[in-house]
Amino acid sequence: MAVQTSEIEAPPRTQTHLGVSAKGWRRFIPYLFLLPYLLAMFFFSIGPGLYALLISFADFSQGVPRYFAAGISNYITAYGDFRFVEVFRNVGLFLLISVPVGIGLVLLLSLLLHIRRGRTAAVLRTIYFIPGAVTGPALVLLAIFMFDPTTSPFRGLLSALGYQSINDVIVPSTLPWLFTIVGFFAGSGVWIAIFYGAYESLSVEVMEAATIDGCNAWQQAWHIKIPLIRPYIMYMLILVLAGNVQLFAEPQLLGVAGGNVPNPWAPNQLGYYFAFRLGNFGAAAAVSLIMLLIGVVAAYAVVQWTSIFKPESS
Amino acid sequence: MTSSKTFSSQVRRSLQHLINDIGWAGVLFWAATLLLFVLYFGIPMLWLFFAPSKNDPELLNLHPLRFGSLARYGEAFNNLLVFNNGQVITWAYNSFFYVFVSLIFSLAISVPAGYILAVANFPGRNVVLWSTLITMMLPGSALVLPLFLEMNLFGLVNTPWAVIFPAIFFPFGVYLTFIYYTTSLPKDILDAARVDGCNEFALFRFVGLPLATPLLGLLAFISFNNNWNNYFGPFVMLNDDRLYNLPVGIQALIAGTSALRPTFGTDLPFHRAEAALSGVIMVLPVVIVFIISQRYVISGAFTGSMKG
Repeated sequence: MAVQTSEIEAPPRTQTHLGVSAKGWRRFIPYLFLLPYLLAMFFFSIGPGLYALLISFADFSQGVPRYFAAGISNYITAYGDFRFVEVFRNVGLFLLISVPVGIGLVLLLSLLLHIRRGRTAAVLRTIYFIPGAVTGPALVLLAIFMFDPTTSPFRGLLSALGYQSINDVIVPSTLPWLFTIVGFFAGSGVWIAIFYGAYESLSVEVMEAATIDGCNAWQQAWHIKIPLIRPYIMYMLILVLAGNVQLFAEPQLLGVAGGNVPNPWAPNQLGYYFAFRLGNFGAAAAVSLIMLLIGVVAAYAVVQWTSIFKPESS
Repeated sequence: MTSSKTFSSQVRRSLQHLINDIGWAGVLFWAATLLLFVLYFGIPMLWLFFAPSKNDPELLNLHPLRFGSLARYGEAFNNLLVFNNGQVITWAYNSFFYVFVSLIFSLAISVPAGYILAVANFPGRNVVLWSTLITMMLPGSALVLPLFLEMNLFGLVNTPWAVIFPAIFFPFGVYLTFIYYTTSLPKDILDAARVDGCNEFALFRFVGLPLATPLLGLLAFISFNNNWNNYFGPFVMLNDDRLYNLPVGIQALIAGTSALRPTFGTDLPFHRAEAALSGVIMVLPVVIVFIISQRYVISGAFTGSMKG
C-alpha cells in the first residue's frame, strides 16, 4: 500500500499563486517535521555510539583524554582482562538458562490461556502481567526478600531445598538461576500478552476448520498456533537474548543483603568498573561498544527476519 | 439467586466443554500449571503490599502472607521520612519532574516525526524508518556508558539534563505514531485538504492532531513506564543525592542503612518494612497505570514497547 507522496498534485492555481520557489520549499517540509527527532537521534543514540568509538582509542592515563593516543591498547586492556572472560561466561550461562526457559514457559502459558478464552484468561493474564511494574531496585529488593528464608513466603520450599539463610541461596553457582527466576517474574507477562494477542489474530476460519477436522486443543497448538506465530517467537528470542546480556541492576544490587555476588558479574558492570573504579574510560568504551554491537545486530535481525516490523510495507 | 445459578451452570458447561476438548488429564494439567504460575506471580506482589503492615519481628514470625495493621503503613511512612529530613519526598518529586519533562518533550518530538513518515514520501524516508526500528529495539542499557561519556564532554553530568535528554529520544513513539497514522488516517481526507490548498502544517494541526488522542494516551503510558523506573542511567549520571530519582535514592537508602543487613548499625528506624514500603512507592504508580491501560497494551504488537 503506497503512502501519499508529498509531490502533491495540487491544482495549478496554488502553484501559480505560490510560484516555483514555494514549490521547491515545500519539498523540505517533511524534513522540518523530522528535524527535532533527527537531532535527538543524533545526540542521544548515534552520536554517543560514535563518541564511544572515538573514546575507545583515547588515552586517559593523564586524566584528560588524548584522542587516538592509545591505539588499540584500550581494547587489549579490556578484552585481555581476566574479568572480561568471566563476565561473558557468567552472562552466557545465564542466557543458556533464561532464554530456553523463558521462551518455553511463555509459549506454554500463553497456549494454555488461549485454550479457554474469556474471563478466566483475562484475569490470569492480568495477574501474570502486573509484576512487569516491578523493575530495577524495587525488583531486586523484592527478590532479596523472596530468597531470604527468614522472610520469604516460599520459606517452606527454600528449607525443603536445604537453604537455611540467604547466604546459602545467593551464591555464584545459583546466580544464573536466580536471575532467571527474577527476570521471568517481571518480564514474561508482557510476552505472554504479546503471544496471546498473536493467537487472537490468527484467522478464525483456519481454527474453525481445524476444529471441524477433529483437531483437539493440543494439536491445534502444536500444528497451527506455534508455526503461525513463529515470527513472534523469533522476535522474543532475539530481544531477550540482547536484553539479558545487558543485565546491570540485578547483579549490582542482589548482594546488598548478604550472599555472594562477585562484582563485576555482568559485562555492563565491567564497563562501569573500568570507568568509575579505574578511571579508564577508554576501556569502558571498548566494553560498551561490544554491548552496543550486540544490541544493534539483534535489532537488525528482528527487523530483517521476523517480518513483524516492516518499514516499507506501509 | 437466578444469576448465581446461571453462573454455576455456565461454569459447568464450560468445564464440560474443556473436558471434551482436552480430556480429564489435560484439564488437570491446564489448571495445575496456570494455578502454579498464579502463585509464582501473585504471592510476591501480595507479600510486597502487605509487608509494610508489619513490624520487623512480625515480618519474621507471622505467616508471610498475613496482614498486620493498617496503622503500620503510616508508621513506616513516617520512618521513611526521617532519613535526611524527608529526602524521599525530594526523590519522588525528582522522579515526577524527570518523567514529566521527558514525556512532554518526547511526545512533542515523536508525534510530528511519526506523522510525516506516515503521510509523506520523501528521499531518505526509508533510512529514517530503518534507524527508528533499530534504535527502538536497542536495549536502553547498551547506551548508558556511551551517553555518560557524551554528557561528560558537554559538562552535563550531575545535572537533571543528563537524565532528561536521553529520555526525549523516543523511537518507539515515532514508530507507533507512524503505524497509527498509516492505519487510521484516511487518504481521501488528506488529498481533499491538499486540493483545498491546505499545507502540511495546517494538515497536521487540523487533521492529524485531532485524531491523535488515543495515540497520545498510549505513548504517554509507555514513556512514563520507561522512565519512572529508570535506574542504570540516573545511577551513572548523578552523584548529588539531592538530584536522585526514586530508584537511585531508595537503593542508596537501603545500601546505607541496616534494613537488610542487621550487622550494619545505624540509628535510623529503617527496617524491612520501610524497605518494602519504598518498593511499594516505586511500584504503585506503575501498577495503577498498568491496570488502567492494560487493554491498550495488550492489543497486538503495541506491546513490543516493553523492553525488559
